[in-house]
This record gives sequence, C-alpha cells and structure tokens, in this order.
Amino acid sequence: MQFWLPTVFLVAIYRGQKSDAAMMRAIMLLALLVAPASCQREERDLTGSVPEKPAAGIEQSVLHPGDGNNPAPARSKYEETAFDVAEGKRLFQWFNCSGCHFNGGGGIGPALMDDKWFYGSSIENIVATIKEGRPNGMPSFKGLVPEKEVWQLAAYVRSVGGFVAKDVAPSRNDDLNAAPAENRAPTPSPFNGKGP
Amino acid sequence: MTRLRGKALLLAAVFLAGCAPYAVLEPQGQSAGSIAGLLHLFMWVCMVIWVAVVAALAYAALKRPTPAAGSPLQSAAEFDGKANWIVGSFVALTVAILAVLTLSSYLAGKTIADITGTETVTIHVTGYQWWWDVEYEDTRPDRTIYTANELHVPVGEAVKIKLDAGDVIHSIWVPSLFGKRDLIPGQHNELTFIAEKPGVYRGQCAEFCGFQHAHMGFTIVAEPRPAFDEWRREQLAQAAIPAALEQQQGRDVFLSRGCGLCHTVRGTDAGGRVAPDLTHVASRQTLAAGTLRMTMTDLARWISDPQAIKPGTKMPKADLDERELDAVVAYVGSLK
Amino acid sequence: MKDTSPPVTSGLRDTELDDATLDRLLKKTWETPKGLYGWLATVDHKAIGRRYIVTAFIFFLLAGLAAVAMRLQLAVPENQLVGPDLYNQLFTMHGTTMMFLFAVPIMEAFGVYLVPLMIGTRNIAFPRLNAFSYWVYLSGGIMLWVAFALNTGADAGWFSYVPLAGPEFGVGKRSDFWAQMVTFTEVAGLAVAVEIIATIFKQRAPGMSLDRIPIFVWSMLVTSFVILFAMPAVMIASTMLILDRLVGTHFFNPAEGGDALLWQHLFWFFGHPEVYIIFIPATGFVSAIIPTFVRRPMFGHLAIVLALISIGFLSFGLWVHHMFATGLPQLGESFFTASSMAIAIPSGLQIFCWIATIWGGRPIFKTPMLFVLGFIVTFVLGGLTGVMVASVPLDLQVHDTYFVVAHFHYVLVGGAVFPLLGAVHYWYPKVTGRMMGEQLGLWSFALIFIGFNATFFPMHILGLQGMPRRVYTYMPETGWAGTNLFVSLSSSLLVAGLILFAWNAVKSLKSGAAAGDNPWDAPTLEWATSSPPRSYNFSRIPVVSHREPLWAQRQFLDVVSGLRVDARELVSGTVADAAPQLREPSVDNSIWPFLSALAVGATFIGSIFTPWAVVWGGIPIAIGLIGWFWPKGNPEDEE
Repeated sequence: MQFWLPTVFLVAIYRGQKSDAAMMRAIMLLALLVAPASCQREERDLTGSVPEKPAAGIEQSVLHPGDGNNPAPARSKYEETAFDVAEGKRLFQWFNCSGCHFNGGGGIGPALMDDKWFYGSSIENIVATIKEGRPNGMPSFKGLVPEKEVWQLAAYVRSVGGFVAKDVAPSRNDDLNAAPAENRAPTPSPFNGKGP
Repeated sequence: MTRLRGKALLLAAVFLAGCAPYAVLEPQGQSAGSIAGLLHLFMWVCMVIWVAVVAALAYAALKRPTPAAGSPLQSAAEFDGKANWIVGSFVALTVAILAVLTLSSYLAGKTIADITGTETVTIHVTGYQWWWDVEYEDTRPDRTIYTANELHVPVGEAVKIKLDAGDVIHSIWVPSLFGKRDLIPGQHNELTFIAEKPGVYRGQCAEFCGFQHAHMGFTIVAEPRPAFDEWRREQLAQAAIPAALEQQQGRDVFLSRGCGLCHTVRGTDAGGRVAPDLTHVASRQTLAAGTLRMTMTDLARWISDPQAIKPGTKMPKADLDERELDAVVAYVGSLK
Repeated sequence: MKDTSPPVTSGLRDTELDDATLDRLLKKTWETPKGLYGWLATVDHKAIGRRYIVTAFIFFLLAGLAAVAMRLQLAVPENQLVGPDLYNQLFTMHGTTMMFLFAVPIMEAFGVYLVPLMIGTRNIAFPRLNAFSYWVYLSGGIMLWVAFALNTGADAGWFSYVPLAGPEFGVGKRSDFWAQMVTFTEVAGLAVAVEIIATIFKQRAPGMSLDRIPIFVWSMLVTSFVILFAMPAVMIASTMLILDRLVGTHFFNPAEGGDALLWQHLFWFFGHPEVYIIFIPATGFVSAIIPTFVRRPMFGHLAIVLALISIGFLSFGLWVHHMFATGLPQLGESFFTASSMAIAIPSGLQIFCWIATIWGGRPIFKTPMLFVLGFIVTFVLGGLTGVMVASVPLDLQVHDTYFVVAHFHYVLVGGAVFPLLGAVHYWYPKVTGRMMGEQLGLWSFALIFIGFNATFFPMHILGLQGMPRRVYTYMPETGWAGTNLFVSLSSSLLVAGLILFAWNAVKSLKSGAAAGDNPWDAPTLEWATSSPPRSYNFSRIPVVSHREPLWAQRQFLDVVSGLRVDARELVSGTVADAAPQLREPSVDNSIWPFLSALAVGATFIGSIFTPWAVVWGGIPIAIGLIGWFWPKGNPEDEE
C-alpha cells in the first residue's frame, strides 16, 4: 500500500510531462536512492514477537578481557528503531531503573552516559546484564521482564551513552528535564560510536 | 437534481433502517438531555431552511425563463429592484434565526453548567494510552477507591469528574450521558453530570491519541444509591485470597513473572502504578478498556497475546507457557 | 511573406505597428524557450499556473487513494486489512495532502493563471517569486510522499496535536517531515498571496476601477489577505514543533512552563481561516460561472463583494470553535458561538444573491452550471450543520465524531470541490483551446453528486450514533457496521465519477472540439484573448469601461498603446481607479528561482535531521538569491 501510492504520483508526473523526461527520471532515481537509506528507524513492530530467541541457561558475557579477540558487536534492530528505543525509555521510567542509575548520570548504580562499561557496552552485553544481574547491586530481571522489553531497555541504555544514531535516539520528554535529551547526547569519544 | 437526491436519501434510509441506536438522540442523563432537545430544535430549523433554499433554487432554475433580451446586459431593472427587497428580508430573517439559535444554545449551555457544585460523588479520572485510571475521592483518604475503565455512579445524583492526562490528550465522552471534555497534560478539567436512569453506558476516548484510540472505551454503571454504596464497600476491600490450588499457582506466577511491575493487586506484593489496578478486575464488565467482555475465555485471549487484540498496547506479550497461562487466568478471574 | 516591419531597435513601442508585426515581436520578447532549460526557467504565469493545477490534482488523486484505503478498512468491523500504524498514516496523509497540497494550492493556482488574464495584464507581479513558489511547493509535496513511501508518513493527524506529535510520543522522524512540509507549502502560499495582491492592486487594465473588478478577482484578493495573516501562525507553530522535537525547546511542555494548548490556538488560528482560504475562491468560481450561464450580470455585485470581505475578517474570529471541549471559560466559548453563527450571514447573503441571479436569468444547463447547482444544494447542507457545530453544547456531542467528518466534507467537497470541477469545465477551453466533453461531463457530475451524498450523508448518522473520528476500526457490537459498509460501497460511485472526470479532461486535450476565444459568450477579459492565450496574454492591453466589458463592447475593446515590444513591459496604475501611471518592466525568464528553491528545499529537509543544516544551507541559499537578484540593468535605464 505504502509504496504504490507515491509510485502513482511519480508515474503520473512522468507521463504528464513527457517532454521533460530527464528531469523526472532524476526525481525517480533520487527517490530510489533514498529508499534503502531508510527506514528501519520508522519500523513499529506491534506483534509482540521476539526475533532474538533467549538463550537457554545463564547468559554469559561475550567479552574476553585483554586478549583482543572480542567479537565485533552486531547491530541489533532494536537500536536502529526509534520506536523500540522510545519504548525502552518509557520502560526505564516504569521499572524505576532511574531509582539507581538516575537520569543516566549514575548514583547508586553506575552512570550510563559515560564511556566506562564494566560489562561491555554492546547491546548483547547490556541485555545479559539486565537479565542476569551483576555483582554489587544490579538485580536480575530474568523472567520478570519479557524478552522483547529487555532488548528495548538495552537499546535505550545504549542511546543514553550516545551509541545510537541521533535520528533514532529519543528526544526530550514532556517532564522536567534533568539533562539534554538522548538525541543530543555527545557521541562517546574513544569508541566513536562503535562501542568496545 | 432534487429528485436524484431524494432517491439517494430513500436508498440510504432503507439501508439504515433499524441499525444502531442514536445514542446522542436518546439521552439518559441531564446534560445529554438538554443537548438532545437543542439538537432537535437545530435539526428542524436547519431542515426547513435547507428545503426552502433547495426549493427556491429548483424553482429559479426550472421555471419558465425570463424572456430573452437582446443583450445579457439588458436585464430588467424592475426585477433587481424587487429582488433587493426580497433578498434583504431573507438576510434579516437569517439574522433573526441565528440570534434565536445562539440564545437557545447559550441557555442549554447554562442548564448544563448549573449543576456544577451540587455533586455528591467526586471521581478523579486520568487518561493514559489507552485506558482510564479511576480514583474515587473521599474525605477520608483510607476510603479512596482505585479502579480502572469502569465508573459506578448513583442514579439521579450529580457526579463530578476531575480530568487529567498522563501522557497525551484524550477526551472523555459518553454519548447517552454527557458531551466531551478533553483531558490535557498540564491542565485540570472537570465536568459534572447526572445519570437519570439506571443502566450501563458505553463511553470512549474522542480525541485521537495514537495506535489504540479506537479501543479506548470504558463503561459507566448507573445504579440506585444502595447498590452504589454496596459496590463502593466491595471495592474498598483488599484482593480476594485465592482458594483453589490453580488460583494459588496463578498468584505465584503473577508475582514471579513481573505482572506486578505494572499492575497493583492490593493485599499482595504487586504494586505497579502504571497499568490498571487489578484488585477487583473480575468484578468489572469489560476488559482491556472496553474492548473485550469479562469472561474467562476473553481473559485468556487477552493475557496470552494482548498485541493481537490491541496492536500497540503497552501490555507486553508475556513469555508464559500454557500451564502458567491457565493458572494466571484462573487467578485474575478470581479477583472479584 | 516579406518582412516589412521596421528594424528592431531598443525602445521600440507598439504604437505604429500592424497586428502581425506586433504579435511577432511580442512573441519574441515574451516566449518561453523550448527544452528543459526553458521548462525550469519560465516565469510565465500561465505555465506555472497550469503546472500548479496539474500537480495539485495529482496530490488530490493520491489523497483520494488514501481515502479509498481507509474506506476499505472501515467497511467491516474489526477489519485486519490495515493495522493502526498504517491507518494513522493514511488518514494523516489524506488530511494533510488535501488541505496543504491540494485545496489551498489549487485555489491559488487558479488565481495565478486567471487573475492576470481577468484584469488584463501580461504577467503576474513578481514572476520569479511565482516560479520559486511552485518549486518549493513541489519539493515539499514530494518530500512528504517519498517519506510516506519509506514508512515515515506523518501519523499524528493533519492537526498534529502535541504531545502526540511532540518529542516524547511522536517518535522517529514522521512528525518532523510533517512540520517541514507545512513550512514548505506555507512559504509557497505566502509568496503567491503577495504576488496576487500586488497584481490586483497595481496591474489592472486602465479603467478597471474597484467597482469593475470581477468577483473572482475580488475573492482571490480577499483570500490572499487571509493567507497573509493566517499562514504565519502555523509556520511559527510548525517551527516551534520541530524545535521542540529536535533541539529540545519547551514551547509545548507544561512541565517546563510550556503549554500543550498553545499549539491548538496557533494551529486553529490558521486552521479555521484555512477553510475560508479554500472556500472564498470557490465562491469566486461560482460568481464567475453563474452570470455566464444565466445570461445576465450578477445580482447584488456590491453585496457579494462586501460579503467576501466580511467573511475574510470574520474567519479570524472563529478558531476556538475547534476547541470547545478543551475546557475554556464559558463566556469565551459563547463569544465564539456567536461569531461562528455570524459568518453564516454573509455566506447566506451570497447564496440568496446567486439564487436571485438564477431567478432573474435564463439558465443554460451546461456542465459548469450543473456543478454550481450541485454546489448550492450540498454546501447549504454543510453550512447548516456548521451552524449546529457552532453551538457549544451541540458541538460537545458531535465534536470529533463522524458527524463532523460529514459536515466538513459537505463544506469542502460540496463547497469547494464542486465549484472547482465546474471551474475546470468552464476555463478548460481557455487553457487548452478545446472543450471538454459535455456528455461525459453530465455523467461525471451525476456520479459525483450521487456518490458524494451517498458517501457522506450517512456519516451524519454514524456521528449521532456515537462513532468517533480517526478510529482504525470499530467493534461489531456498536451496530455501525451496516452504515459503514453502505458508505464504503457508495464511495465507489464517487470514485467512478472522479475517474470519468479525469478521463474527460485527458481525452478532451486531444479530441475536444475547438473552443475559439469565447465559447460561452462570457463577459470577463480572459475571454478577450485567444484560447490558449499567447505568452503575452494580450497583443494590446485593453481599456475597461464597464463591469462586463465583453458584453458591453461586443465588437472591439479600446486598447492602450505605447508599450515597448522589445522588452517585457506592462501597465501599472493606481489602486482605486486603475488610472495608468507607469510602464512597468516585467522580469525575464531565469533559472535562479529554481536553483534557490532547490537550496531552500535541501535546507528544510536537512533541518529535519540536524539544526546545523540551517547554517550550512544558508550558503547555497545565499548563492541562489544573489544570482536571482544580480543587477542586470533596467530597460528603463537604457532609454
């Protein structure tokens, strides 16, 4: 549906203005070029399905300190989808994550907006942290929070640290704002947006 | 032209005969009642005007034409002189009719507003995407009632609803009882209404509020004062203690699988405040903000996959196996 | 044929030239060069007006297809065809496109095409701004629809209420595209409004004093002023919205001292006059068509002009009737009830005058006239339901229900699209030189009229039964299913009628009967020139001595002489009496408006993603504008 409506438009202009086909071809080409550059960002998956199947047993961190053989972090669709990151932001407040991490600046729990990650800043690591918990206070939410919501939360936590593209990261909330919104967070310098 | 129109109307009338009730025209409350009276007045006046205008147009277009003149410019000055008076008096008539309508509209508005301040019950309703949080205020804070998506009111008494929005703008509307009032973030609105006949009235959100605007309904149960007081007493109680084994297992699943992160069941550890209060959920008539009936089947459908029924709803699909699901349904269904 | 004309020298006047030579020289001066460059660089108001009209109709088609998809979804309860996500985009695209990309631009487009012809001048004022406005409008429209194709279609309604469209709840970039599209089209709209005002005030043919201006031109003048005062409000609002979303300002955040209702005030301060921006030109069409087809001058010319002006003023005093449910003070609401009722007076006056004109004339039932009759029947109904929704208590019941959907479709389709389709049939011969098919016209009118009423009349009933607007589905137990199915089926008649109309328009382009200069024997100046008009509109500028010049002087019109033929010149006169004052130079074709529009478009689109785009985009915009305004020597200075 979504695709054929504008196609009608372009074809109609094309047919209506045959004499200037070159111009119209240029417009159509431009539209085709823009197409792939979209639009995971705008996806809104309302099915409740979980593409990433939870691993059985306890999830281990995929990090190996020191040996330099860490796997390249895979980009998860959750951190490329504005809707999922925004849902993560909502859940962050609903589940009172800010009770310990505050608005990302840390306090009782560690800060989320800096570039120091004890247990890895890739989304898989953050998911593992949320599900399994970590020593010194991070509780385990395994079984309490459904799989999809964990990934959304993790994607949001990534955006607090500036690891998420600015056109995907959430904007400010309609509340008292303690810090600039995630889409204005500075990109962490040492990792240049890629994370360790 | 008019004949074509007549046929279309006739066809429409045949098609529509006996479909749905005209909620707005069959009022059951003081406020909707005054409006329905006003609506009848406006409708009749407008219908008469429309018929008169169309008749005049039809006559003007279809009558034997004015005799042809040599040039279009040689129109009869006599006609224009007469028409000046006729058109002028019709404009005056328009002004008079509009003045009457404006005045009657003002008076109806005043009647509706006059009951403000006479309320015996005050309810605080907060709109969320896509459900209604309900709180019955009481002079004694320990007698405050928390519920959701269903309001009980005593028949014949004025009820005040204080309106707030928790996220985006919503609008509360019960066609049989009262017109709309918006729930706006950062603004406190109120409305006062009287339900004149006992009954169950459907209401819904009337301001576009996102994915599930279509399924953001609620019910108002108007009942005689004793029944209302009885209901209020029941709602004050803590949640029922599960009796059957399956219900007890259900409670354990409910508490261990995170339902309590969002929902409150008073008397248990579940104390989340971001989703409907479930303490007496099974005593309500509907489920999922007026979307499903409160039956065990619908409850199971809802809990097993809320996104299939209300795509986009904030209630996630829980990772429950079949046994856990049955148990939770049994438990929630027992929360009368 | 031997060329006997005098050699072309600088400052050659048309005084002593014979007709053939004059036409040859004027053609050389005013013509648009062939090819892509000419197409992009033309500043001919007719070429741009035609382009505007065609583009607006394509957007009309797209928005119509979105409506078809919505009707398919709503045909049965709990339909799974279109989910809430896509449905919300569809109805937002439908409303946004119809209002911003179809209705307002097409009315302005008719003004751009017709006003200079009707007042007897050679081009619109500020022709390059005119070209610029079209390119900006086109890029805004394409941007919105390309975004929609990429699942980034705006989804918060054409009114985009915050907070739903705001930074917290309008996630992603959907509402940003909406906000920038508004900015695009309003820049275009404001530019055209300025041109039309200047054209009407200063470029009227000598002798066309205020009381001789055709009513359609009056309607465009009033509309342009309404645009001038209404559109800045929504531009400011859309800019505030995008700042809130992108930069984190707090205009609409109540927690930080902003206000969610501020958006509604700003939006409706534009949004209600918007309805009249669409409706006033439509009444202008009607007042142009009726005298021609009833063979007599308009009854109550002065009254109609005064009614138009008062509608223009009153339209700014109504906006709160969109906000009766928001909980404003009762006294204020009563004021807006009264003012909303008051606007029915000038509207009613116009209708009485039209009926009186028909009464006193000899009607000829050609297609344009049929559309006008259909207009009166449907618009009066829409106007009367408008009186109903002006009442606060009634509005509280029917607000945001299908009753209102029915009401404004009666006003906008019945009140504006019917006259528009009549106007297309009426001026088609002038624009193309060929007549549209009369038989097809009759059929398309019948289908559209019946289809429209069968589609939208039942919506009144749905509203009274309690069906709210903007719902992607409804539950079976509501009992709305039968009526909805009937509405969905009826809409196919409407669609069939519109297809027939489109086919008639396309077919007649090639095979329509040749029209001649004045096929309807109409009284106004645009019919005094050839069909289609030549690039310079009139070989000699006519002098007007009567309100219906072509009826008063049937054999020949008096003309002005003394204009240069080797440079673009037109006559500029006084505002009230159109007494000629100056020979005013008119600019030549230029590619710079197109390039500037590209730069502006790129800046607007870039600013969806980063505020820095405004800074970097300033550079190409500056280059474009410098090229545009580069002084090249004024023909007057050469003399």
